[in-house]
Amino acid sequence: MVENRPVLTFITHAVLILGVIMIALPIWITFVAASHEDIRMTQAPIPMLPGGYFWENFKRTLFGSGLAGNEITPVWRMLLNSLVMALAIAGGKIAISLLSAFAIVYFKFPFRMGFFWMIFMTLMLPVEVRILPTFEVVANLGMLNSYWGLSIPLIASATATFMFRQVFLTIPDEMLESARIDGAGPMRFFWDILIPLSRTNIAALFVILFIFGWNQYLWPLLITTDSDMTTIVVSIKQMLEAAEQSPQWNIIMMTAMLAMLPPILVVIAMQKLFVQGLTETDK
Amino acid sequence: MAKIKLDSLTKSYGTTEVLHHIQGDIDHGEFIVIVGPSGCGKSTLLRMVAGLETVTTGEVSIGDKVINDLEPADRDIAMVFQNYALYPHMTVEQNMAYGLKIRKLPKEEIKRRVEEAADILEIRDYLKRKPRQLSGGQRQRVAMGRAIVRDPQVFLFDEPLSNLDAKLRVQMRLEIRKLQRRLGVTSIYVTHDQVEAMTLGDRLMVLNGGYVEQFGTPIEVYEKPASVFVAGFIGSPSMNFIAAEAENGLLTLPNGTTIRTASKTVGPVTLGIRPEHLLPNDAGAIEVEVDLPEQLGATTLVHGRIVGTDLPVTASLNGINAAASGDVLKFDAPVEQMHIFDAQSGKRIE
Repeated sequence: MVENRPVLTFITHAVLILGVIMIALPIWITFVAASHEDIRMTQAPIPMLPGGYFWENFKRTLFGSGLAGNEITPVWRMLLNSLVMALAIAGGKIAISLLSAFAIVYFKFPFRMGFFWMIFMTLMLPVEVRILPTFEVVANLGMLNSYWGLSIPLIASATATFMFRQVFLTIPDEMLESARIDGAGPMRFFWDILIPLSRTNIAALFVILFIFGWNQYLWPLLITTDSDMTTIVVSIKQMLEAAEQSPQWNIIMMTAMLAMLPPILVVIAMQKLFVQGLTETDK
Repeated sequence: MAKIKLDSLTKSYGTTEVLHHIQGDIDHGEFIVIVGPSGCGKSTLLRMVAGLETVTTGEVSIGDKVINDLEPADRDIAMVFQNYALYPHMTVEQNMAYGLKIRKLPKEEIKRRVEEAADILEIRDYLKRKPRQLSGGQRQRVAMGRAIVRDPQVFLFDEPLSNLDAKLRVQMRLEIRKLQRRLGVTSIYVTHDQVEAMTLGDRLMVLNGGYVEQFGTPIEVYEKPASVFVAGFIGSPSMNFIAAEAENGLLTLPNGTTIRTASKTVGPVTLGIRPEHLLPNDAGAIEVEVDLPEQLGATTLVHGRIVGTDLPVTASLNGINAAASGDVLKFDAPVEQMHIFDAQSGKRIE
């Protein structure tokens, strides 16, 4: 579509610019709010340019007691909680899915397809549907208010298993046969051949799953009662509900910005592998 | 170096038997080519020797050891695959060393063997490259290098040249042959290409529909094909077949012509004559009406029909021949170059 029509060019640019504004404006306002005094954001009109309190707000949010008058955990602790949870979920999901896809593709065992379809069917069951029984199990195992409780119930993943199955199916059979002749046992083949060959897919999935884990809201809200174990996404909501005073927008917005940062960093760091993993078909 | 013995090998998938009682003894250092059309079971047979397919009944032995139940890695074999099956994420060097590394050979020994194989195959310059940076012919060499470093008792080749272009195929064919002679390793080579089969093999095993049609040297197979199938499969252009009636050392063709033959058989037969054995002779008994001459330079292929019938015949004449469509040419065939097969079973009759 190489056409040179001024009107079309104008419209496409207008649409693009409008899109950028729609996405960027809230983020800009978050940034602006995070750089003013708390009182400033409650006065109309709200400022559109950054103020001079950014570093002070930053320090207060990250290391201080957060909201004035509230016994709230410093945000670095919540960031850490979120990070541990997201990494555990992403890592656990990838490990389990790789192994189950390996079993389903490369081993013959009774009811193999049955197991595959059972895994596949759980795709249709989101976390929310099984949340009560899962809570019961986690509570009985004494995993409330712990990293185990935050991550383990979210680790099983049909999507990732299914995706790795498709990846393994594209690897030619000769690769396995040649490894067998070379004397590689099943786990050796898994480590030496399968994992390196699905490296880009693992990276792509890691990005998706990390963000999935980071953005968990309902599950951490349910099983963490101890404020030391709260995740950052949950805490933003709690900050808004501060009793008997108007919300301290500067702190809340700074927290929101800090919450946005890690997923962005992960995407930027793994961008190249991410795109390769989703588009590469040749093995 | 080892002998290989195939003893009444059978392969079934469910109730379908695809290989029927394959029998064969392969000697030390022999180069055996298994040849046949696609679907004849030749690759399955090779994979049974490799241990990639289970044996339904019968026995495979290498040396004096029955290897039916051994893992491929324990059979002391090396295999070269059609699509090379190189590990894409490893360098050429790592590809060749991988099997040795698993066997836990000392590092210096691995390095020595890899370099030796690289020298033989002239791939020393590519040792640090990944397979995707190599051309088809170079990948083929690496695949062979991977087989050589193992120093196995048996080489197995599964149509290793069919992914290469025609010119490279001829060159690699020669190299495989020279290499095998030099290393003296017993080899089994599967192909559907009869030129590869004729040029490479010490002996050919011609397979058809899961049966061994003939097992012999290329010249035996060419000169004394055991059946109509073998006769038609080996040789290019393929043999002419003419239905005939035999009686008292005479063959009567469908158009009434009679030709002399050495055979004493009686009854309906199939007469086979190779295109290159039809000799132009003005007093010849076989009259052919030319449909289409094909001039190839060194030879001229004359496609036609036996006069008075619809039986297609091809003759290969030396040099450039001026025959034109519609001409009638007369041919003679030496008695010893006529092959007579039973019309029913297709088996050779002496």
